[in-house]
Amino acid sequence: MKFTKPAPKNPIDNQTVMGKPTPRIDGPLKTTGQATYAYEWKDVVENPAYGWIIGSSIANGRIKSMKLDAAKSAPGVIDILTYKNAGIKHKGDNSSAQQIAGPKVEHYHQAVAMVIAESFEEARAAAELVEISYTKSKGKYVLEDTLSSAKKTDQQKDVSVGDFASAYESAPVKLDVTYKTSRHSHAMMEPHATIANWEDNKVTVWTANQMINWSKTSLAKVLGVSKEDVRLVSPFIGGGFGGKLFILSDASLAAAGARLTKRPVKVTLQRALIFNNTAHRASTIQNMRLGANENGELTAVAHKNWSSALPEGGPESGVLTTGPSYKTPNMLLETRLSVTNLPPVSAMRAPGDMPGSIAIEVAMDEMAEKLKLDPIEFRLLNDTQTNPETGKPFSRRKLAECLQQGAEKFGWSDRSSVPAQKREGSKLIGMGVASAVRGGPASKSAARVQLTTDNKLIVETDMTDIGTGSYTILAQTAAEMMGLPLSDVDVRLGDSNFPAAAGSGGQWGATSSTSGVYVACVNLRKKITDQLGLNADTATFENGNVTESGKSTSLSSIVKSGPIEAEGEIDFSGRGDDHSYYTFGAHFVEVEVDIYTAETRIRRMLAVCDSGRIFNPVSARSQVIGGMTMGAGAALMEELHVDPRYGHLANHDLAQYEVPVHMDIPHQEVFFLEGEDPLASPTKGSGVGELGICGVSAAIGNAIYNATGVRVREFPITMEKLLNEMPVEV
Amino acid sequence: MRPFTFERATSVEDAVTKAAAKPNSKFIAGGTNLLDLMKLQIETPPHLIDVNHIGLDEIEETEEGGLRIGALVSNTALAADSRIRQNYGVLSRALVAGASGQLRNKATTGGNLLQRTRCPYFYDTNMPCNKREPDSGCSAMGGFSRQLGVVGTSENCIATYPGDMAVALRVLDATIETQRPAEKAPRMLTLDDFYRLPGDSPNIETVLEPGELITAVHLPAPVTGKHIYKKVRDRASYAFAVVSIAAILKEDGTGRFACGGLAPRPWRDAKAEALLPDAKAATAQLLAEASPTDQNQFKIKLTERALSSVIAEASS
Ligand SMILES: Cc1cc2nc3c(=O)[nH]c(=O)nc-3n(C[C@H](O)[C@H](O)[C@H](O)COP(=O)(O)OP(=O)(O)OC[C@H]3O[C@@H](n4cnc5c(N)ncnc54)[C@H](O)[C@@H]3O)c2cc1C
Ligand code: SF4
Repeated sequence: MKFTKPAPKNPIDNQTVMGKPTPRIDGPLKTTGQATYAYEWKDVVENPAYGWIIGSSIANGRIKSMKLDAAKSAPGVIDILTYKNAGIKHKGDNSSAQQIAGPKVEHYHQAVAMVIAESFEEARAAAELVEISYTKSKGKYVLEDTLSSAKKTDQQKDVSVGDFASAYESAPVKLDVTYKTSRHSHAMMEPHATIANWEDNKVTVWTANQMINWSKTSLAKVLGVSKEDVRLVSPFIGGGFGGKLFILSDASLAAAGARLTKRPVKVTLQRALIFNNTAHRASTIQNMRLGANENGELTAVAHKNWSSALPEGGPESGVLTTGPSYKTPNMLLETRLSVTNLPPVSAMRAPGDMPGSIAIEVAMDEMAEKLKLDPIEFRLLNDTQTNPETGKPFSRRKLAECLQQGAEKFGWSDRSSVPAQKREGSKLIGMGVASAVRGGPASKSAARVQLTTDNKLIVETDMTDIGTGSYTILAQTAAEMMGLPLSDVDVRLGDSNFPAAAGSGGQWGATSSTSGVYVACVNLRKKITDQLGLNADTATFENGNVTESGKSTSLSSIVKSGPIEAEGEIDFSGRGDDHSYYTFGAHFVEVEVDIYTAETRIRRMLAVCDSGRIFNPVSARSQVIGGMTMGAGAALMEELHVDPRYGHLANHDLAQYEVPVHMDIPHQEVFFLEGEDPLASPTKGSGVGELGICGVSAAIGNAIYNATGVRVREFPITMEKLLNEMPVEV
Repeated sequence: MRPFTFERATSVEDAVTKAAAKPNSKFIAGGTNLLDLMKLQIETPPHLIDVNHIGLDEIEETEEGGLRIGALVSNTALAADSRIRQNYGVLSRALVAGASGQLRNKATTGGNLLQRTRCPYFYDTNMPCNKREPDSGCSAMGGFSRQLGVVGTSENCIATYPGDMAVALRVLDATIETQRPAEKAPRMLTLDDFYRLPGDSPNIETVLEPGELITAVHLPAPVTGKHIYKKVRDRASYAFAVVSIAAILKEDGTGRFACGGLAPRPWRDAKAEALLPDAKAATAQLLAEASPTDQNQFKIKLTERALSSVIAEASS
């Protein structure tokens, strides 16, 4: 079904199940250990062998020689996979480096070999006996050192609206500042893991992957087999954040290893390998130039963003979020990409928007101060219903309401407009705000629904649930559409044998996959009404019955003779070019900064978000507080440190790469605006998973400034960046 | 992890006898540090001797009015002991500032003293590291050294002793009781005698001889004053100290203090203590010989600030 706008009134509007706060239906499985994660499958294969991946010890160069004999004759060793015998034909879609190095080495900890043994311990022990010697090449590892060779990129074309240069030149109030954001690791709880098994020249991989359909296609290319011969199974995923969008070495080498040894092979990436072996969020340098008139109206906005990647990698597009943010007649958005030989960079929660939101939202704070305006007032003054980047109206934009309601609930009026005024004991207290602006994309998504003879409704789609709550919202969608209680719905996800869904990424999952299930249910309803000779448009499905003109038939009587099934797919290609689709929110933060040590701790966080209809307030809230937590990490501690001598990310485990712990995160309040967005999708809502992180770090930075009067433009804001400038003599 | 053999000791004497019989063997207590290092092949003992069943899990009062803490007393039990909480508050506070509840349940007093550095290059076996592999070089110098030491280091190693408990023990003037194989009497060591500075052999961290077992830690009679443990870190919990201060101070801010996060061992200097309550002067004295890297230069100012904070807390 092609989506045509606006979505008509439909059964989703009944909101008897959809939209109701619903605890996740897979929760009991998870809390009782019955949800099976990739490495945990026990009965799917017999007698698996274990793979231990060895990472390159150099960042750039060539493998000179490999001595494998000692390892091969170690106890339990079956074989050793290298580029010579792996049979890998392609580097995988969206990968900027090979799945296995050789003879060329493209980055530190790139897989160079995998020892396959009877047990995990034997594989690990034998790996130590593998001797690989390398010829090192010089590489570039520091973004700052590559700026002169940075180039424009087709992946994020420059945008020019009006005439920025002259508008900025003549603006009475100007700001020209540069921000830096650090490299981030997804650091999800579940390490990448795969079990692979070949039967009749077809491979099945039980893996942890956010995008089943993409990855099935990609793995087929990697292995040089046809797509039909690959099956991915990934029903439960212990977090992804973009770190499991693509085929990585765990899946490709498990499959290649299983083919080589004719045994099922089980592989997990050891934690210390994940940081350099997989991908991370690139660091950025972002220059912001804002011009405004004396009333505080923006007349010129320029955002230039630099990031680096391996030769085939893409940019971290900070400018993404600036385009639609604030009204301005003159705008210039520039993206520059240079080459570094660091490990691959890739999408991480709100790619581009997240670091971009630091630049634009801290700049807005700085500009508000120059204009002697309250930061919220300044944002409201420059609010717009038309996307200044494209000139198209927003399908829905309630940024002003988010800011205003948030200010009220947070007690914004207590904030001192002069920084470093509020002190409690040894703490300086400050408040900060930032807008959250993030695209609301949607893409093709299919599902199959079946009413069974025992009166269950089975929903099957290759959509994934990466901890986000997909199971629950898809069950709610199906229950609402078919007039059945939630408990009658059985949702099955993450198997490439099911109809292809949009997958989990770019915050398009919820809107796309609920719409796919919606279409499948529309088709199932049609089948049933056709069978009964009813009119599909006027018949209602409620309380287990289908009813028209006062005459009810129970669904259970219809399936007596056999199950009924329908498939459906939503296609958003017709969503059209006449609107801009975005989600909006506002983040409020209160911090305390120790006057002695400059340690910053967050006291309160509050978000007001809007993305049209909220399918499930419980899981949507979880998404937003997760985003806020990650934003806190990026603001205060998360940073992969590059060692340019070795070309690696030096702090590559969870002891050295610190993410927030419970004590770092205070009570978080999340509110959603009421309403729906019929222009967005049949289910009338967009995602919130990435909206939740946008602006958070900026709000924290702004709060630190309000507390201390020290403006730090290099994130994360660790103590040494504040220490020398703390306002209080102690 | 390399294959290893394992046996269980039943007494102190049994443990040291077994250790003497197997060169390069290691004792294992809670295993929270040793096992991690074995998995990474940073430690490769061919033989482990489990000391969890040799007793030494009590805290007894001594004739001198202090306490003798058995080497196998867990960090949790030690922190919660009412005598420790009442009379040695700095120790209890240092313990609960470390690791996590789960780790402290397993971690022992002896094992904690011997936890190894958290230098990132020590953990990455691809990188040169004099501590892990003598004479291979030091990667941390000129590299990611923000967390590492500023004083007491050498040109061969700038790693810190990362722990919290020993910093409090240092300020309490605790002594370590050990048992050597084939010796009758235990030997007693101050913390400064126990920990070696890296010099040109950073791989040798203590004066313990092969097969020597830590049997107890002795605390002298309680020291009055305000017991404070201040741990400065990048996140609120579950992080090693950037800088930490264990202090016992009078209201006027004089007294004693030792620092963590700065050096290869808990760092204390009587001359610096004599300058209290002047935090600036005391820090200048304490770190007079400091040779920080660009990345950890800030620890000097941070130490002064943390000390000021501790002095302010003592007088409030
Ligand atoms: C994630 C994590 C976070 C941590 N955070 C902190 C922190 O914030 N602060 C902090 O202080 N510590 C921290 N630690 C370290 C922790 O305190 C130590 O791992 C623990 O105290 C070690 O005690 P154990 O009994 O487990 O020692 P084991 O691992 O059993 O042994 C450690 C070493 O001591 C030797 N050994 C043990 N007992 C004896 C004995 N009686 N005589 C002679 N040798 C002996 C062993 O041979 C081994 O070499 C952390 C550890 C982890 C894993
Ligand atoms: S500082 Fe010490 S532990 Fe770290 S790399 Fe250098 S020698 Fe090794």
